[in-house]
Amino acid sequence: MFAAFLQYLFSGLTSGAIYALAGLGFAIIYNSSHVINFAQGEFIMIGGMATATMVAAGLPLPLAIALSMLASMMVGVALEKFAIEPARNSDVVTIIIITIGASIFLRGAAQILWDKEFHSLPAFSGETPIGVFGATLMPQSLWVFGVSGAVIVALWWFFNRTMFGKAMLGTSHNRLAAQLVGVGVKKVLLASFALSALLGAVGGVVVTPITFTNYEAGIMLGLKGFSAAVLGGLGNGGGAIVGGLIVGIAEALASGYLSSAYKDAIAFIIILFVLFFMPNGLFGKRGTDRV
Amino acid sequence: MLLEISGLTSHYGRIQALKGIDLQIREGELVALVGANGAGKTTLLRCMSGVQPITGGTIKFDGKDISKMSPEHRVGLGICQSPEGRQVFGPMSVEDNLRLGAYRRHGPNIKADMDRMYEMFPILHKKRELPAGTLSGGQQQMLAIARALMGHPRVLLLDEPSMGLAPLLVAEIFKIVEALKENGTTIFLVEQNAYAALAIADRGYVLETGSVVLSDDGAKLLTNEKVKEAYLGL
Repeated sequence: MFAAFLQYLFSGLTSGAIYALAGLGFAIIYNSSHVINFAQGEFIMIGGMATATMVAAGLPLPLAIALSMLASMMVGVALEKFAIEPARNSDVVTIIIITIGASIFLRGAAQILWDKEFHSLPAFSGETPIGVFGATLMPQSLWVFGVSGAVIVALWWFFNRTMFGKAMLGTSHNRLAAQLVGVGVKKVLLASFALSALLGAVGGVVVTPITFTNYEAGIMLGLKGFSAAVLGGLGNGGGAIVGGLIVGIAEALASGYLSSAYKDAIAFIIILFVLFFMPNGLFGKRGTDRV
Repeated sequence: MLLEISGLTSHYGRIQALKGIDLQIREGELVALVGANGAGKTTLLRCMSGVQPITGGTIKFDGKDISKMSPEHRVGLGICQSPEGRQVFGPMSVEDNLRLGAYRRHGPNIKADMDRMYEMFPILHKKRELPAGTLSGGQQQMLAIARALMGHPRVLLLDEPSMGLAPLLVAEIFKIVEALKENGTTIFLVEQNAYAALAIADRGYVLETGSVVLSDDGAKLLTNEKVKEAYLGL
């Protein structure tokens, strides 16, 4: 009984960590531009696919990972430069539609560049399961937890301890004020796309040995990351992390105790629930502003 | 001439907000711009900082045309603005707000500057770790001015620093502006509170529906019949 629960919890936390990274990607871009980037899932796909291809071609894993992260960042930067930046005077809704178009384009390009098959990576440190109170934990899950945790700490450090991170935060709080102290908001926007693409790629790389990946793996991962971000309160980094874990655990419990057919429905039920009953999410904007 | 604006026009869509402004600020001067609501005062300041596109005319700083320069580079030149409505970074700490004020600058002097700000505004030192959004209106105004000062302004643009403040605080803010002028800071002060602004200004401009209708020494404008009637309620 408890072992089964623990088993579901492990699998929920593993996918939840990836949703959290995707959710953070949504939050970072949303904060700098109020745009919801529906190509976020494609960054995850690119990270996984590129690494899998390079490893299959014989490159050592660390090098393949580094190159894929770089490639994903370049795609993020190109997306901003060539699709978002030229439309910067348009409505936010228009730009969101552009990101949907970009995601379809990236999926198509992936299908041509690679194929429609599933690809995988060897687990980073073996496949020997670890027994924990009757449940089993795959070593790769530990990699997922560890890497996600490290990424979150690094992000925290970046946004709270570096000048450029603070400038990005400041831009999200008050764009005009940021411009008036000399923050280049264009640079901030570009950096937010690069950073989100990097986060996506990291998630894609660590999860691929568990879930496999193919050219359209980004759709579901992106949507779940989006529900994580909405659940946590759009634009709230901590909220996206908590939201991601909740979505992952809810999903795992539902497919364990109800039926695995409901697994993907859970994320959408959560989105609907949040939009109906708590549109600001769990940690939506608190009123610290005095007018 | 530190800052020279000639024939400046700006539009919001089809509506013309500025209809050819000519204005000069010399080094060390305190120049006041007064006028009613909607006259275009804030628009003019936004054009000077580069956050509002201009549709004609030029802005010269130190003899160099900066009309097409991006806002961040203008801050780098030393055009620093404390905007209307304070616009502090609400959820960030007072200290981070000040630090971001020095965003275009580098080096160890920033810490010394911050200490200088805390000396000038002791209340900010007391509240340095609190989110700026929790400060009172007057404290936020001090923070906005201090943040602009952190950028080492060669010209400090102040947009309605007295707006929405209690009379005692208004007096305090004007005292601060005067002290800054004594220190040699070049200041461009935009105010609806015409009397207080003109009383401390070297020169003043009166703006009406997008045009400069009067310009003279501050003291002379104070006694000008038209100004008295329209803005001072005398």
